[in-house]
Amino acid sequence: MKSIIQSAILILIVSGILLFINAELNEGSKSGTGTITVYNWGEYIDPDLIKQFEEETGIKVIYETFDSNEGMMSKIEQGGTAYDISVPSEYMIEMMKEKNLLLPIDYSKIPNIKHIDPYFLNLPFDPDNQFSVPYFWGTVGIAYNPTLLEGQSFKSWDDLWDPSLKQRVILVDSARETIGMGLNSLGYSLNSTNLGELREATDKLKTLSTNVKAVIGDEVTQLMINNEAAVALTWSGQAADMMYENEDIDYVVPEEGSNLWFDNIVIPKTAKNIDGAHAFINFMLDPEIAAQNADYVGYSTPNLSALDLMDPEVVEDERFYPDIETRAHLEVYKNLGLELLGIYNELFLEFKMDMK
Amino acid sequence: MNKSRLRSIYSIPYTAWILLFVLAPIALIVYYSFFDLAGNFTLANYRNFFTSVYLKLTISSFWYAFLITFFSLLIAYPTAYLLTKTKHKHLWLLLIIIPSWINLLLKTYAFIGLMGLYGPLNAFLEAVGIGKQQILFTDFSFVFVSVYIFIPFMILPIFNALDKLNPALIDASRDLGADSWTTFRRVIWPLTTNGVKSGIQVVFIPALSLFMITRLIAGNKIITLGTAIEQQFLVTQNWGMGSTIAVFLIVFMFIIMLVTKGKEKGASDNGKAR
Repeated sequence: MKSIIQSAILILIVSGILLFINAELNEGSKSGTGTITVYNWGEYIDPDLIKQFEEETGIKVIYETFDSNEGMMSKIEQGGTAYDISVPSEYMIEMMKEKNLLLPIDYSKIPNIKHIDPYFLNLPFDPDNQFSVPYFWGTVGIAYNPTLLEGQSFKSWDDLWDPSLKQRVILVDSARETIGMGLNSLGYSLNSTNLGELREATDKLKTLSTNVKAVIGDEVTQLMINNEAAVALTWSGQAADMMYENEDIDYVVPEEGSNLWFDNIVIPKTAKNIDGAHAFINFMLDPEIAAQNADYVGYSTPNLSALDLMDPEVVEDERFYPDIETRAHLEVYKNLGLELLGIYNELFLEFKMDMK
Repeated sequence: MNKSRLRSIYSIPYTAWILLFVLAPIALIVYYSFFDLAGNFTLANYRNFFTSVYLKLTISSFWYAFLITFFSLLIAYPTAYLLTKTKHKHLWLLLIIIPSWINLLLKTYAFIGLMGLYGPLNAFLEAVGIGKQQILFTDFSFVFVSVYIFIPFMILPIFNALDKLNPALIDASRDLGADSWTTFRRVIWPLTTNGVKSGIQVVFIPALSLFMITRLIAGNKIITLGTAIEQQFLVTQNWGMGSTIAVFLIVFMFIIMLVTKGKEKGASDNGKAR
């Protein structure tokens, strides 16, 4: 009994000392003009830039990541967080606006907005960019490794159904992308609200199940780089990451059309340091910073002045910077509302249950 | 008088814990399960649960939880028996327990590397002439990794039950002419069933709600109730439906607890020669 009490006291003393040291350390780092908390997708910023921002402004950055738009929104909606910056996709910006989760952007504090390509401004999901500033954009397509395949090409979504691809295709664990692929392959809209079309797309996807190796998330990048997988449904920037590490890999947006998406920076209403958030946005829009960031992240930057500073080979690559004509052929997600999101996810679950 | 007041003071932490962290969350889950997306009172979530998708999901969850429990028991029982016979049994036991302190995600990621097409496991298969196999994203990999994760929790209660077993009883059985199989069947097994039952409880119930491993190791080809709950809360944001699945999971848990409830006479009592 005595020794239990002694060790309990010892543990309490040690914890107390650690707590004190921790508080002291945090105190030291708070000497600048406050902190901002950035809530971003994983692998979606060059970490050197965070350091550079801290050095230039004296604002300390607390950095956290999320892996889905929906997960990010529910965390902000529930409160208890103090995110000053987040980076949702277009349909999520629409939803967050509806729920009054965003603060308006003050453009007098963001002179660097002049560098942004007007194509990416004033889009339907956020007229006049009242609540959001363009960060990256890209497409959804097929990444594949020709050296592991027997000469298949991927012009059309239907090429994924090729019998030779048994157990070789990796899909992404996200209802809108995967059901969307089924819709695209049938020539329907990615934003279909027609239950018959959705049913048809799901049934078609089920016939793909013998070809599917797995339905996973970001892990796919590593599998493709290590030649573990030959074909993957993926986002353009993720494909760029794969191609950077493994030169055999190629990326294509199938001809039936696909998704064109935009991720914009927003200031959630949970923000505590609104000036700091504006400073961060302006910093990220600086052409040199944006070019370095795009080079690191691999997605396409909407920053016109940054494009001039980047490797022309990258910028002229039609796979990652499709021209306006090709873009017009692609479709942007709309916020379909929770009811339909639920239906998309239930159909996706049905498809996953059907795989063996 | 003084004694009873002292006892009521002692009961404060326990009561507060049960109220705040057991009863209140369950009550909230049941409450939320009666609401639809728009916040209206409804029984639709329960009706929805009995559609083919969720029923199939429940059945397949049970099947895989059964497989995981079965193989854990198959390996854990002989292992625990062997451990009780060794000289430094608590050291050997500790060595089995230690890996369970390492973060689950880390161990899971390690298996992705081990089981990959170019991983050591396939290199071995190739060396012995079987050739490369797709190991990752199969039923085998899922059950294997889950068994690996749960096995310490199965060994521990069985080890304790076996350890408390009075060796005099086994000697007596032998003296009375029973062979080793009969001794095991009539003496050792009945006196350790309580250990086995608590082992089954701590493996089967968490196995029903496994998630993350279903994606990382099984590539979402296996979906459990846990995965479905996670999806409803984080992606679909349908808290009502997520809560409904959770309610069923809780009901299943109670049923399993009832089925595997140990009789009052535990191994420890029986082990004592009277």
